[in-house]
Amino acid sequence: MNNSVLVKIARTHLVERKKQSIIAALGVTFGIGTYIILMSFMTGLNGLLDGLILNRTPHIRIYNEVEASKVQPIEMADPFKDSNFVHVVENIKPRRSQASIRNNQGIRLALQKDPRVKGITPIVSARVFYQSGSVLLNGNLMGIDAIEQEKLFNFNQYIVGGKPEDLNNSKNGIILGAGVAKKLRLKVGDYVPMITSTGESMRLKIVAFFQSGLAEVDNTQSYANIKTAQLAANEGPSYATDLYIKLKNIDEALPMTREISEAFGVHAVDINTANAQFETGTSIRNLISYAVSITLLIVAGFGIYNILNMLIYEKMNDIAILKAMGFSGGDVKRIFIYQALLIGIIGGAVGLLMGYGVSVLISKAPFETEALPTVKTFPVNFELAFYIGGSLFAIITTFFAGYLPARKASKIDPVEIIRGQ
Amino acid sequence: MSTILEVKNINKYFYDPVKVQVLNGVNFSMNKGEFVSIQGKSGCGKSTLLYLLSTMDTNYEGEIWLKGELLTGKSSNELAKIRNEHIGFVFQFHYLLPEFSVLENVMMPALKLGLKSKSEVEHIAYEKLKMLDIADQAKKRATQISGGQKQRVAIARALINDPNIIMGDEPTGNLDSKNADLVFGIFKDLTSSLGMSMLIVTHDDDFAKRSDRVITMADGRIVSES
Ligand SMILES: Nc1ncnc2c1ncn2[C@@H]1O[C@H](COP(=O)(O)OP(=O)(O)OP(=O)(O)O)[C@@H](O)[C@H]1O
Ligand SMILES: [Mg+2]
Repeated sequence: MNNSVLVKIARTHLVERKKQSIIAALGVTFGIGTYIILMSFMTGLNGLLDGLILNRTPHIRIYNEVEASKVQPIEMADPFKDSNFVHVVENIKPRRSQASIRNNQGIRLALQKDPRVKGITPIVSARVFYQSGSVLLNGNLMGIDAIEQEKLFNFNQYIVGGKPEDLNNSKNGIILGAGVAKKLRLKVGDYVPMITSTGESMRLKIVAFFQSGLAEVDNTQSYANIKTAQLAANEGPSYATDLYIKLKNIDEALPMTREISEAFGVHAVDINTANAQFETGTSIRNLISYAVSITLLIVAGFGIYNILNMLIYEKMNDIAILKAMGFSGGDVKRIFIYQALLIGIIGGAVGLLMGYGVSVLISKAPFETEALPTVKTFPVNFELAFYIGGSLFAIITTFFAGYLPARKASKIDPVEIIRGQ
Repeated sequence: MSTILEVKNINKYFYDPVKVQVLNGVNFSMNKGEFVSIQGKSGCGKSTLLYLLSTMDTNYEGEIWLKGELLTGKSSNELAKIRNEHIGFVFQFHYLLPEFSVLENVMMPALKLGLKSKSEVEHIAYEKLKMLDIADQAKKRATQISGGQKQRVAIARALINDPNIIMGDEPTGNLDSKNADLVFGIFKDLTSSLGMSMLIVTHDDDFAKRSDRVITMADGRIVSES
């Protein structure tokens, strides 16, 4: 009962000053609208970029570093143990067979049972040269299980002109990097002549193109099934150069990586270590969105503060009368805080609508990118949390903008005003 | 007769620019249903005393009792509540809220009190306006009526919560003799029918003569009571 009178007075004050109230509310509208648009768009973009790199990257990669033995045979020989000697030995070579991960099938079986693991798939990486007449292009042929790869790393998002499964159907199939295809002027159905690292010739039939948007990858990489790649590497059926692991929870990547390298004596790297700079980009984009929106809202807050301050000077008499009638300082304070909140709620609600409307428009705008052949429009993230956050934000800022003038109004001494007449 | 208002040894000082004593040992008491006028030369401290009694000014020495309750030293929230419920105040200048209608202005203190529903309050507000002969102006804006009408609206507003005491600072100062008579009649009527008490500052000797008792002030003191 008591409160509804205060709300009524607050509302009447605002309605009597339509123009000023609307301008104050518009400030909030633009602040909230911009916040929604920026956040939806920026996080949509982040999601897209995450998809570009993070989704495609294994959470843990197990590999075998090809390196020279730490203790060379010559150092074991008694006469040369002393480091005073300069060791000159022709041909220190890593053994070839070390390229494969030892016992990779055993590791796979063991990790597949781990409840934290979503999936694990072997990769056979083989150096090749794509051949075009007398020109040789450096390349990397990756032997994969196409179905697993699609399931774990959204492989199909980067495939144009065919389906990843086609690799499993044809024995000699290859999914050629789009960059390579462009350089060699090849199309789906053509054969690519290649020379393997052991010097043998191979001809594979193109079933689709692979387009990641990262030029260095698209210009070298191609995919074949595991058997074909093992053939290209001149290796047997247990050969695998990498194991890609996807976890159910990405946060477990780092501890699990340590665990794996200790348990199996293999090299392993986790996604965050491999892509540290990527996280930084995401957080900077978020920071910019927040900074811009908060700035706009603070400006809107000053607008409200200003208008209420002016209103209180105009309304000195009314405040004195209200107090003489028995309204307390707290009642008067609430009247002005309600005014600020009314401006905030109405301006904020319109801002949410505006933000949503513009986000919808952006999400319909065409956006063609080399990077993601399957994406046709701008990425926009319609997350409810932004709308809830925006509303809270509007209410909190307007509350504080209204609080100081309201407190000033509550302290007005009615006797002084009444005497002044 | 029971005492409604009692004032004990009130001193009041102003400090700006120098310390001046404007009320000096003021003592008096008023009974329920009594009609008291305060008279005195301009600047003798009548308004100052009234602001103290109305609880709006709390900066004084001495004690003020209303209905046997000590008001001195109460918090401003408690005083606001007491003012709302038990004291009706009418100023010399008609203080109405310009953005509200006449009816809404009259209803305001009752809505603040919150004891009755809005429709009940509206009904009572109409009665008060009828009593002051301005019910036909109820729907008009407070700024759209004449000075004398405004003053009567302000009186209706002071009556809305049926207070124990009405305090007026020259409430008829801006009225012609016909309307001043009307207001005096209503005040007189309220004392006898509802037992309300009236404490009215006035320069109008005629008005003062017709009240139950006249308190005369000079230089911050009460010089005679008759
Ligand atoms: N805020 C103030 N600061 C200093 N002195 C003040 C203040 N208010 C009033 N006074 C002084 O207090 C004295 C009493 O003033 P008050 O308004 O009570 O007189 P009054 O009897 O109501 O006069 P009037 O009949 O003209 O209305 C005056 O001398 C006045 O100058
Ligand atoms: Mg006076």
